[in-house]
Amino acid sequence: MGDYAVPAYFLLSHIVKNNVIKPKPITAKTIEIGNKYSPEFVCTPFKYTLGTLIEGIENGATILIQAGGGCRYGYYAELQEQIIKDLGYHVQFYNLVVAGTTNLKRIYKIMKEIDPKFSILKAIYYGTLTKQMIKYMDQMDHYIRANIGFETEKGSFETLKQQMLKEFSQVKTHIKLKKLYHKYQKKMRAIKIEKPKDTMKIGIIGELYTIMEPYSNYELEKNLASMNLEIKRYTDVYYLLFQKHKKVKKYLKNSAQYITYQMGADAADNIGRAKELCEEGYDGIIHIKSSFCTPEIGAMPVLSKICADYQVPIIFFSFDSATSEVGIKTRLEAFYDMLEMRKKK
Amino acid sequence: MKKGYLGIDIGSISTKGVILDENNEIIESSYIWTEGNPIDAVKRLLNQLQNKIDIPIYGIGTTGSARKLIGLMVDADVVKNEITAHAIGTTHYYKDARTILEIGGQDSKLILLKDGIITDYAMNTLCAAGTGAFLSSQAKRLGVEIEDFGTLAVTSKNPVKIAARCTVFAESDLIHKAQVGYQKEDIIAGLCRSVVLNYLNNVGKGKKILEPIVFQGGVSKNKGVVKYFNEILKTKVIVDPNSHLMGAIGIAIMAHEHQSETPKNLELTNISFETKGRECEGCSNHCEILRIYKDHQFIESWGSKCGKVS
Repeated sequence: MGDYAVPAYFLLSHIVKNNVIKPKPITAKTIEIGNKYSPEFVCTPFKYTLGTLIEGIENGATILIQAGGGCRYGYYAELQEQIIKDLGYHVQFYNLVVAGTTNLKRIYKIMKEIDPKFSILKAIYYGTLTKQMIKYMDQMDHYIRANIGFETEKGSFETLKQQMLKEFSQVKTHIKLKKLYHKYQKKMRAIKIEKPKDTMKIGIIGELYTIMEPYSNYELEKNLASMNLEIKRYTDVYYLLFQKHKKVKKYLKNSAQYITYQMGADAADNIGRAKELCEEGYDGIIHIKSSFCTPEIGAMPVLSKICADYQVPIIFFSFDSATSEVGIKTRLEAFYDMLEMRKKK
Repeated sequence: MKKGYLGIDIGSISTKGVILDENNEIIESSYIWTEGNPIDAVKRLLNQLQNKIDIPIYGIGTTGSARKLIGLMVDADVVKNEITAHAIGTTHYYKDARTILEIGGQDSKLILLKDGIITDYAMNTLCAAGTGAFLSSQAKRLGVEIEDFGTLAVTSKNPVKIAARCTVFAESDLIHKAQVGYQKEDIIAGLCRSVVLNYLNNVGKGKKILEPIVFQGGVSKNKGVVKYFNEILKTKVIVDPNSHLMGAIGIAIMAHEHQSETPKNLELTNISFETKGRECEGCSNHCEILRIYKDHQFIESWGSKCGKVS
């Protein structure tokens, strides 16, 4: 999924002896395969991940790993395993998360099955290293998002980030990783930007897969950057794995007048974030989700209410494999014009 | 010397052109069918307009679904989406407008304004139910000219109920109503009503529609639809005599703001424009690459995701 393929590959290739196959970047073919074999009205990430798994098999994978989450994502693994078996592929399918929960014992058992020589010590070592790598990646991305719209030389951030990821994937020690991070942090801050003082700031919230996989949101962030906007996004892998459980409580507390209970996946988080963005003076909010994403559909009326209360414009996008790119561009452009008109007043 | 500003709104069904003077007053306008060929439509439009005016044009703006292509063709000073263009055009005439209802050939929009500024908008998604194209295809089915559609609709005293929500459902329901012998005008009135309901339930969902309400786009010329908007919203919507030109007026106003130093060349009749599409085989994305040729010379290409292919 996006650049996270780098740490995922890094971790797996170090802790198991098996040959780990790098997933190919998502293309039109991935979603074509996913569409063909998925139920029509399932949420779009199911289709993307199914497409990715099948492409993996075609590239020679014999073991597939899927996880789960607090929405329909929790049922992906079972259904995908069945579909893949029905298609006649003979693969081992492992599901790390069952019924929304998992534990280290379960994961250990699975890893031991995949590679009998699996060493828990090695896994802990590379696990923490990967965790740190993801943290650095995400921190870098926060800075990039706020500034990429203002780089004087197009593509400088992206090129540097890809270099960083390349070097990251070679590290063996925490010290080396930290050194690399500092090196690239320096380089990143040295990239020339021209950022006016009254830049417009946009917050992106929504369903996690669509937000993190640029292909599935039709390169939304790239589009926004080309409009010279500062972008803030909360959802990243580090957040989901290591911060969510604490932060969501804070969000619930801070937006108690709008929401009392969690609504599955990141719905409550997004409600809290929308309120925070409004309070921090963001000029507009973009909410994105894959079509049929139930938790986010539940969050939408609440988000509309918050934005009406604070008088901050919000726009909703539902992405589906059959979305027309032109339609998205027209709406985005109009959203930008609207924000600009308001700012000028 | 007098200067003129041209706004072109190239929609799916019709192409609109407006020439404004320095005070943003309309000097000349034209409305023709796109007929699936925007390049040819714009050539015809420019011919018509040129024959009617004798002042130089210093700014050109394009909007509508073919805005990018035509913008390139006429060397536009400004290329903008139709939502912004409609809002600017409307607020030029109705400064205090709070709601714009716009129903065009293939899409419909709702724009909310406050003090002349867009505060919120919505556009129909996925389905063309309740747009001009739907009405004209049904008119054809019933053997009625689309121009007479509205006039016939308002004569009905007993509009039939037609399932709204979806074009396909509405169509099968309409056939059913016709087969059981309902009067034509009652069916037509029912259709107009279902377009209004569809629009309000789909595009207008969750939006506060405040007065003054301005109704525009091609469908605003349909008296039947206007009647049911009035009835259902329990108010009177404003329909400007130029309601079908608002997008073109808006973009012409913007062209005025972005005008060029030298007059524009509108003589395009003998220049050929061609778009050639191909599927790129470079990777499994299979991007649809569009190459634009002017007089057989390649000028621009669109559609490459990686940016390496043109």
